[in-house]
Amino acid sequence: MSPKIDESKNEVVILFAGDSGDGIQFTGGQFTETVEIFGHDISTFPNYPADIRAPVGTLSGVSGFQLKFGSVEVFTPGDKYDVLVVMNAAALKVNLDNLKQGGIIIANSAGFDSKNLKIAEYIDDENPLTDHSLDGYDLHAIDITKLTREALKGSELSIKEIDRCKNMFVLGFIYWMFSQTPKNTLKFIAEKFKSKPHIAEANAKALKTGYHFGDTSETFTTRFKLKPAALPKGKYRNINGNEAIALGLAAAANRSNLELFYASYPITPASEILHELSSFKSMGVKAFQAEDEIAAICSAIGASFGGALSATASSGPGIALKSEAMGLAVMLELPLVVVNVQRGGPSTGLPTKTEQSDLFQAVFGRNGEAPIPVLAVASPKDCFRVTYEACRIAIEHMTPVLMLSDGYIAFGAEPWSFPNSKDLKPINPIRKVDGMRNENGAFLPYKRNEELVRPWIIPGTKDLQHRIGGLEKQVETGNVSYDPNNHQIMTDLREEKIRKIANDIPLQELRSGSEDADLLVVGWGSTYGATETAVRELIKEGVNVAHMQIKYIRPFPPNLGELLSKFDKILVPELNKGQLAKLIGQEFQIKVESFTKMKGLPFNVEELKNKIQNILQHAEA
Amino acid sequence: MLKPEKTNGNGSPLTAKDYATSQDVRWCPGCGDYSILKQVHTVFAALNVQRENTVFISGIGCSSRYPYYMNTYGIHGIHGRAAAIASGLKTARPDLDVWVVTGDGDSLAIGGNHFIHLLRRNVDITVLLFNNEIYGLTKGQYSPTSPKGKISKSTPFGSVDHPFNPLALALGAEGTFVSRTVDRNPIHLREVLEESRKHKGTSFVEIYQNCNVFNDKAFDMFTNKETKDDTALYLKEGEPLLFGENLTKGIRLDGFTPEIVSLDNGYSADDCWIHDPHDKIKASILTNFFDYGLDYGGLPRPFGVFYKTERYTYEDLMSEQIEHSRAKKSADLDTLLSGGDNYWVVK
Repeated sequence: MSPKIDESKNEVVILFAGDSGDGIQFTGGQFTETVEIFGHDISTFPNYPADIRAPVGTLSGVSGFQLKFGSVEVFTPGDKYDVLVVMNAAALKVNLDNLKQGGIIIANSAGFDSKNLKIAEYIDDENPLTDHSLDGYDLHAIDITKLTREALKGSELSIKEIDRCKNMFVLGFIYWMFSQTPKNTLKFIAEKFKSKPHIAEANAKALKTGYHFGDTSETFTTRFKLKPAALPKGKYRNINGNEAIALGLAAAANRSNLELFYASYPITPASEILHELSSFKSMGVKAFQAEDEIAAICSAIGASFGGALSATASSGPGIALKSEAMGLAVMLELPLVVVNVQRGGPSTGLPTKTEQSDLFQAVFGRNGEAPIPVLAVASPKDCFRVTYEACRIAIEHMTPVLMLSDGYIAFGAEPWSFPNSKDLKPINPIRKVDGMRNENGAFLPYKRNEELVRPWIIPGTKDLQHRIGGLEKQVETGNVSYDPNNHQIMTDLREEKIRKIANDIPLQELRSGSEDADLLVVGWGSTYGATETAVRELIKEGVNVAHMQIKYIRPFPPNLGELLSKFDKILVPELNKGQLAKLIGQEFQIKVESFTKMKGLPFNVEELKNKIQNILQHAEA
Repeated sequence: MLKPEKTNGNGSPLTAKDYATSQDVRWCPGCGDYSILKQVHTVFAALNVQRENTVFISGIGCSSRYPYYMNTYGIHGIHGRAAAIASGLKTARPDLDVWVVTGDGDSLAIGGNHFIHLLRRNVDITVLLFNNEIYGLTKGQYSPTSPKGKISKSTPFGSVDHPFNPLALALGAEGTFVSRTVDRNPIHLREVLEESRKHKGTSFVEIYQNCNVFNDKAFDMFTNKETKDDTALYLKEGEPLLFGENLTKGIRLDGFTPEIVSLDNGYSADDCWIHDPHDKIKASILTNFFDYGLDYGGLPRPFGVFYKTERYTYEDLMSEQIEHSRAKKSADLDTLLSGGDNYWVVK
């Protein structure tokens, strides 16, 4: 009896979970590629254990790969899972809470032997696969280890190597379940293990065996089939936030005809930007792994003085170390892009978890009056555009720019319709301003244009030698000045220069909903996906709500105050204690309601919907 | 000895004063920094250094005011970070002639980390470390090079800190050019500066510099007429280690232990240690003349180039990697943006 095909679903959330050594990330990555090629929209998020190699089978060693794919636009990797694939007892225990009621569990029963149960802290060897505690779910316990071993019997691989193929069995089975072809993965395996044909053969066989198992085992009565999503026509690739930042930097350097100098000190979750840029050698990218965070930003400042597009990235603790040098960059008025891939804080905090608690640090976290433009990315693919924009502002306005991402965006991935290089607006360094030589012919390094931007004159330029430094400067000449009036003027100029950038950024728009909505949800950063999903769903349900995503935080878009004033109720969800809420409340003297969460986890759609409805119902009552 | 060359691009060779700026020099009257500034101007004129291709980077401290007084490009940075700023600049722009001017507080206290990593990477930068064994700009606290027991504002009962031996530190940090000179010996200062400029890689020049306000005469014994012959040993490549009045004393190596011998007492110059700046082990012993002091019979303090060796520079290797990659595959932004795996969505 062939199973029936259920075509009712628009989107499905799957979590692959198992031990660090189970090939979970690889499995998730392959599934992602396959459904992308089919035409689904997808959002993915890997969840690595904090320890490099946690002991086998332990709760802390569980690695996960979460994804949501569908025939509709997908903005988050999903709240709760429809399907939970677990390779051992620990993976089930850690993730069961997030499985939907009645959801499907596919469990490798070999991972539930008494040893695994004990390590996973099941009391008295209670086995959830047999003790009916999972009766509320659609449980399929399969001895994947045994089936894989049987399939590969007679191969020249060791038992250990054979067992490593069991993730391919699982993947094959999931392809069958969601009516996807294993073709792309077979191609990938052949390519990846080109030099090891017996490994390639074993993986391919395990994959096919898993795929056919669905048909032959007859334990499954249903398969699923989802339609392709209505994505705009174009060429796509998959991208995560950190990769997109690296590409954004490389693209901006290319389109400004500058060399890219990137300096950084390894830190979770920003290191991947360094890894990516270190591989862009043929683009001429100079990636410098510095001895510490301070050296990273200082070397970038040196390179910027030399005429390179310079950037550095870190996470909260590293940004704290860089703050003195950011002040120097403010004084020197040199282009510099500083990226903060935020994580849970304070101090070392939660390095592998996400949070948005460095907004105040970005806006205010320097000694003295040291204004720096602050931009925030909204999603993995958005990282490219915002990074490009950060570079543009840095170069064309001669200023350090701080860009905020976070761990959720850094590792989250989605399809990206990448641009053609010629569609990227060229960036123009300011090489001269009117009157930059005085009547005696002397160069005035701090002479400004109408936007208050000074010229970027680099060493090697004859007769324009000049010295700049962190001491307060005399207006125009840049010479050291302790004059009280001069300090007032320079402080005001530096502030005004940043304020004027508001004229050079797009107007604020609503992402969803209209200006007559009963409630406006204002988001920044990675709350974007959950907020947009929640607001869209509520609008569909007849609730009059709107969503605004702020990407330019300093300066704010010039129309932001006016736009905000049109709404009676404003809700700001943030993964901090209400930092943007305070910023806009203070800036525009308006009342906003703050909705915060500090769990190292993103908002899920349900909690946002509940909050919004709660406020609206409360208002009616 | 040094004569300006006659090739300056525009036909007129620069003189020492062409390297000065219009800024008033603001060191205390009598400060040793004036002498160093003057010698650099002189050497630059002699070597016809191109002002527009030269960059001076400094941190914070008295010495770090230096870039304001050089008519070149320059950055007066933040405390301790000159080496980091300069490393980035030189890596981005290997074509530039990059100098770091720093002090014992700037590079051996707050900037110690950048200092050692600069030497390790061997970025082609010349580091002039003005060592006055005191914090001058903050008005008189002891520094990491102040001797133990030093009475200063922050150590009224004497410092209990053991001082750094800057040259041993530089050698230990894999420095490829390690030297010492002193502000009050302008001829030697010029010679070492010239040598340092010839070296490809990080050139470390420790300059004993007198702070006449907060630590006057800290190095007096090496420069005053009464004592200098017996306390200062000037190193010359290929020549024996001789010192004392009329060079009547020498240093002999007994195994790995240096000892002072008297040349009128049965020893000749041929018995003495011949200076070989390419010998790292001997350089290491030389740097430790610093510590041996009176325990070893009062070894003199050496001045000159202790050690030099050729080693690849960081920026050269980085540029080579880039050239190598470019030769293998062409650089193209569109290829980069498209990634390896992309697919069409067609409707």
